[in-house]
Amino acid sequence: MRDLPVMARAYVSAVVIVGTLILAGGVLHLDRSNILTAVTLVGLFAVTHLTRSPLRNNTATVRVINISVVMPISIAAVMLLGPWTAPLVAAAVFVDPGNQWFRRFFNVGMVAIAVCVSSIVYVSLGGEPITSTTDFRDPRAVLIPVLVAALVMEAVNALLLVTVIAITQNVSPLRVWFGKMSESAFPMFIYSIFGLLLAVVWSYVGPISAVLVLAPLMVARWVFAEFSLRQEAYEATMRSLIKSVETKDLYTRGHSERVSRASVLIGRRAGLREDRVVTLRYAGMLHDVGKLGVPTSVLQKAGRLTEDEFEAIQKHPLRGREITKDLEFLGEAIEGILYHHERIDGRGYPDGLTGAEIPEFARIIAVADAFDSMTTTRSYRGARSIEDAIEELIRCKGSQFDPVMVQALTEAIEAEGWDASDTLPTDLPAAVAGLPSFASDDDDPTAAGRLGLPTATPDDASELESDPAAGTVVEERS
Amino acid sequence: MSGERELRAAGPLVVAAGLAAVASVAVTAEQVSAAPVGTVGVLLPISVAFAVFIAVGEILRITLPGGRQSAPLASAGAIAFALVPSFGGEALHYEFPLAVTVVTIGSVVGAFPRALVGRGMHLDELARRVLTTMFAAALLRPRLPDLAPDAGDTAWKLALGMTLAALLAAVADATLAAGVRSSQSRAPFSTALVDEFRALAGIASAIGATGVLIALAAPKMGYWALPVFAIPLLLTQFSFRRYATIDATYLQTIRSLSKVTEVGGYTEIGHSRRVQRLAVTIGREMGVSERDLKDLEYAALMHDIGQLSLTDPIPGGATTMVSPLDQRQIAELGAEVIRQAGVLDKAALIVERQSDPYRPHRGRLDTSLPLESRIIKAVNAYDDLVGASLESDRKLRAIERLQMGIDREYDPAVVDTLARIIERQTEYAY
Repeated sequence: MRDLPVMARAYVSAVVIVGTLILAGGVLHLDRSNILTAVTLVGLFAVTHLTRSPLRNNTATVRVINISVVMPISIAAVMLLGPWTAPLVAAAVFVDPGNQWFRRFFNVGMVAIAVCVSSIVYVSLGGEPITSTTDFRDPRAVLIPVLVAALVMEAVNALLLVTVIAITQNVSPLRVWFGKMSESAFPMFIYSIFGLLLAVVWSYVGPISAVLVLAPLMVARWVFAEFSLRQEAYEATMRSLIKSVETKDLYTRGHSERVSRASVLIGRRAGLREDRVVTLRYAGMLHDVGKLGVPTSVLQKAGRLTEDEFEAIQKHPLRGREITKDLEFLGEAIEGILYHHERIDGRGYPDGLTGAEIPEFARIIAVADAFDSMTTTRSYRGARSIEDAIEELIRCKGSQFDPVMVQALTEAIEAEGWDASDTLPTDLPAAVAGLPSFASDDDDPTAAGRLGLPTATPDDASELESDPAAGTVVEERS
Repeated sequence: MSGERELRAAGPLVVAAGLAAVASVAVTAEQVSAAPVGTVGVLLPISVAFAVFIAVGEILRITLPGGRQSAPLASAGAIAFALVPSFGGEALHYEFPLAVTVVTIGSVVGAFPRALVGRGMHLDELARRVLTTMFAAALLRPRLPDLAPDAGDTAWKLALGMTLAALLAAVADATLAAGVRSSQSRAPFSTALVDEFRALAGIASAIGATGVLIALAAPKMGYWALPVFAIPLLLTQFSFRRYATIDATYLQTIRSLSKVTEVGGYTEIGHSRRVQRLAVTIGREMGVSERDLKDLEYAALMHDIGQLSLTDPIPGGATTMVSPLDQRQIAELGAEVIRQAGVLDKAALIVERQSDPYRPHRGRLDTSLPLESRIIKAVNAYDDLVGASLESDRKLRAIERLQMGIDREYDPAVVDTLARIIERQTEYAY
């Protein structure tokens, strides 16, 4: 808390104070008629809150819908207890081992305020506290007020939460909202119907209804948790299989992972939609998967390659497509893999596409790919500095690279920095005797002179002088 | 072949359900014609509402992870109608024939549009629903008067009774499903039963709870209970579908990546897929549980991935042709790659041990050698000999060769099962 900005501290304190006042009011209004309901709801809330699935945010692509029990039980409290005592359920949020104290206090305050406002809305819309004599058949008596109250509760909750994240982390509130929260807004609303369910059944069969209501809720949560586990497993599998391509060459270790990261940086800068960025990540990860099929003896060959061997390497984008073409979820990533060695001036492979003919993903990966191979140690030279690499990219933009993407990478690295980790120790000599050398490095624009290119294909990567005329192709595109 | 077998497996179940349905419809029709005029009026719209609910649920059926079919909404509606004591203040006095009639009509009406577009009727599942409805209704409905709450009292006894009836119905349902599945796929019944309970525990408890909740809420809420309580289950259903999708994607990815060795010329085209299919069939018949079958499947697909680390491809990719030491090295390299994933340790172990002989030292059995590895070893050798060939002569010769390696190289039980399956396949081919 102490390291937070003054604004944030003031805001958090305000929320906590208001929440405490609301809770104090609730305690004063407890009496014989409602204490059993209130205590059961708080207990229920605490138990489900404790067993919630942790929201995983270590992998950027994992989209988890965290089924919150805050909504359903709060809604049930609104309907069963009324505006004074309903906010008491918020106290259960305090049971949150491992979380920082100020966050716990804030969460309690936030939920108390949201429940209180929502209760007031419920009552003022004519919603009645649920008893065993409530007539549920009239939608105006219960259904409509409760749905509006749920919306209001969610809105107040989101507003308070987005604000605190925006202030403490100094990001735009819109970004916070559209980051992860907007996705769960609709499911949360749907799940507030569990609250209605709980209240109705409660009035009829009493607290035993909690068990019945919790069953589907727990199942849904369990499935979502399984889902996110599966997705993680899935990512991990893919990553490790990709790594197996890199075991073939010590010098390219971590390459796919970094290209994937750099591609995401470029894609975000270039304003790609978030779901496309996810696909782009996969594309970056898999861009060299076709090399898995190239015999190791060719990949590791020191010295000149024969024409056949060179062809085998040049086929890797085609092989990559061959391998990935059945993966429906990859979508445009497959094109990105196929064309990541195309050049803006049309001298790339496999199809010699030019300018905007090259799919956007391929243009992004091409830049990321070149950038990473320049900034890491290769058998024939040491790693270059980031500045040098960017300079080289700029020199080749318009001929080899899309200037928009080069610009995007430059900006992104300026803003966010770049960590070329997972590379070899810097003291590794550029050419260690006995280590396989990556003679076929066609990712690195500066390596062209080193390629053992047969004279039959002089165009492919032999010279990289920027062609002033070629630059216009891409600029017109945008 | 498989369609015929599926029909035969589900046959008795469908016949039983059909008889129950016909008898119930007859009883219901007679009751309606004999009933005094005013009494039918109350039940008719309620029955229609539940039938429509079940039909809609049937249309919205999903595939669960592992390929099972389920129509959660329809099943919840069926349970609810079997249990519901009163509706919007009106007491409902009917016994199981009406419940079976309504559930049958709703299910068939809902299944019809799907059948028309060629997506299958899933008769066995409809039959199970009809039978479990009958079971639950027959269990609870005669006892309803005793369970009704006294004035001012809450209905906890009723809730408990309903929950118990729904639970027993779910157990019966899973048992029936295991019976059908076991005779369909030739898996042992005990394995199928465990698989079924494991696979259905989640969705069945959501279905059962929703059914009980609708039945408990309908007395107060009337028609509103149906759509309102359907929504949470719909979301649960959606989450299951999403899960099933990612499960399928996972398999698809491993399949795709297993093609790497083929694209690179390390192994013959289609080798890993053929090994996968055969290994899974053998595993299932030998009683490997569904969960372990998954690992067997992944391991079979990736069993040659270690070859990628070889400097040059083995001619023809046939690992059986290289020295045992090399085989072992390929297996270990492959296992290392798979282990890196961190989530496929079981599959990695299977791959690691795939080249180990069945009886290594003077006939001593190695008990730590997983059955799955023994299966892959035999199937891999078989496919190296047969390849994509369809000639039955070649297949039989390959089996004979494996049989010569029994006692030392291959597990006799695995080879027997393999021989049985191949024999069956060649029989059908004639």
